[in-house]
Amino acid sequence: MKSLTRFLAVMRKEVRQMRRDRLTFAMIFGIPLMQILLFGYAINTDVRNLRAAVADEAGTHLSRSFVDGLDATQVAVIDRQVARPADLERLLREGRISIGIAIPADFDRRVLDPERPAAHILVDGSDPTIAGIAEQLRRVPLGFDTGAGPREIERIEIRPYYNPEGRTPVNVIPGLIGVILTMTMMMFTAVAVVRERERGNLELLINTPVTALELMLGKVVPYIAIGLVQLAVILVVGDWLFDVPVRGSIPDLYAAAGLFIAANLALGLFVSTAVTTQFQAMQMTFFLMLPSILLSGFVFPFDGMPVVAQWLGEALPITHFIRLTRGIMLREADLADMPYALVYLGAFALLALTAAALRFSKRLD
Amino acid sequence: MNEEFAIRARGLTKRFGSLVAVDHVDLDVPRARIYGFLGPNGSGKSTTIRMLCGLLTPTEGSATVLGVDIPADARILKPRIGYMTQKFSLFGDMTVVENLEFVAEIYSYPRRERAARIDELLEKYDLGDQRRQFAATMSGGQKQRLALACAVLHKPELLLLDEPTSAVDPQSRRDFWANLFRLAEAGTTILVSTHYMDEAERCHRLAILDRGAKVADGSPEELKNGTGMNVVEVQAVDPYRAQTVLQAMAEVVSVTQLGIRLRVLIPEQVDRPLERVETALAGAGIEAECALTTPSLEDVFVAATLDETREAA
Repeated sequence: MKSLTRFLAVMRKEVRQMRRDRLTFAMIFGIPLMQILLFGYAINTDVRNLRAAVADEAGTHLSRSFVDGLDATQVAVIDRQVARPADLERLLREGRISIGIAIPADFDRRVLDPERPAAHILVDGSDPTIAGIAEQLRRVPLGFDTGAGPREIERIEIRPYYNPEGRTPVNVIPGLIGVILTMTMMMFTAVAVVRERERGNLELLINTPVTALELMLGKVVPYIAIGLVQLAVILVVGDWLFDVPVRGSIPDLYAAAGLFIAANLALGLFVSTAVTTQFQAMQMTFFLMLPSILLSGFVFPFDGMPVVAQWLGEALPITHFIRLTRGIMLREADLADMPYALVYLGAFALLALTAAALRFSKRLD
Repeated sequence: MNEEFAIRARGLTKRFGSLVAVDHVDLDVPRARIYGFLGPNGSGKSTTIRMLCGLLTPTEGSATVLGVDIPADARILKPRIGYMTQKFSLFGDMTVVENLEFVAEIYSYPRRERAARIDELLEKYDLGDQRRQFAATMSGGQKQRLALACAVLHKPELLLLDEPTSAVDPQSRRDFWANLFRLAEAGTTILVSTHYMDEAERCHRLAILDRGAKVADGSPEELKNGTGMNVVEVQAVDPYRAQTVLQAMAEVVSVTQLGIRLRVLIPEQVDRPLERVETALAGAGIEAECALTTPSLEDVFVAATLDETREAA
């Protein structure tokens, strides 16, 4: 009973202080909005309109229709004609174009010759995304209108499930929820305890009957609510601006988010018991943010990473959470389909909170 | 519960690495009295107080606070003690009333009596006009009164005050001490650390700490009578020259300048201290008025800390 009173007292105080700290309050909404707009609009792996130039030494009907075909893909915008392939190389080097198309003088004959490539597409390989995109150009049908048939027959058809249009926001936003929650939750709590230490409040608190666990829980619970509000913001904005669907159940999504938030808050508390200034707390948060973005499968496909990186990624709560959000939002999965991720998040939260409460000694030495 | 002493400590020691912050301190703090810790910065006052409320674990020694062994049972002690930190430690972004409410909740003060208790404290500590003011925007004196109000809200039996008056003006200090006396009369034991002589003078008993060790303790009167020193006050036209001459005398233990006066400490075993001083000054051709006087607390402090230096040397 007394314990509950003390826990509620800490919680009420925390909410009160949060409401008065305009910067924190602004970040609750500002961070999700800013990130969703940045990632939704700026990050786009669905590349179009690469600048391209053509050196058409053949100048035949066939070569022109080939160039038109490339242009029609919209991957490349062919806005330049040059005389020879060497010019293409120069333009590439200067960074004026990303793709160069070299069509040799004997193009018509080469098309019929299976031994020799009919044309060359020069690609700026310094950007990995562009290199991947150029692959698409290979699939442009090539042949005489007389019905000689396409040179390359596609034996395998690729059917992108869950995101058939290949729109990037659909892939990015479920992961982005994880990134935003990691960032804000860890930052808020990491700073929460350290701020009290810096301001001297902690010396007062540890002299009262309040226990470490009451203090920790009182600080964490209000932020869980904030995290869930942030989730709502992201889902609404994602649906409104980018048509990101939630195909699975929303309660499932909230349940997963609740666990994930708890895990992050507990980690934030642990950080705050390990550092002595707010500045250090922020540094630690950013130190943990980087792997969360890079190793979680948010940016790079998880399966493509080296084994060690995968282990590190597996340890991060966000990796499991992204699997859950992608599953629920895009694949219409429910929680029972992914029990391991749930168990991991729950265990992580419990472990980190225990560690934080243990580390937070009510003594000064 | 009706023990004579609120605090008993034996051989209390705290080491931080090779630094001995508190060195075998024995304490007997009587109940319902104001007990002072007098000492310069770094003398171990804060460390001792922190050990007594369970914030620091003693490296050696034992202590009983309100009949409770610390640090082993520090938890059950918390609701019975009040603690006021050196630095203002309440929440600056909350109002006076909100701070008091928070403390009342943390100490599980009976819900029905909370409002009445808070009103009583606001009245007693003259904070009625600041009810809705944010703590951070208050003056030093107001902050200190709020801190005291929060420390005594739950009616603790023992109040530990760590240099409570270091950030307030003299008027606020006087008012603060008036409040402490009221609390002591009502039965609260108060342990207060200070580096002000005038504050030490007000304590019922005090311990003088120097470099972690207790070098003297007793009531201010006892301490002043027990210095083992005669004090000669010298008023000279040229105090600096007089000081030089006096310091050269073998029997003089210490010369302290207070404005144009010098206070000269000479051990009691030395006979005719006044004549010796007069002779020495006359011999150097310095005009001075000399008189024997009673030791002040500052003299006690100087004498007590001198012993330490000698032993060390």
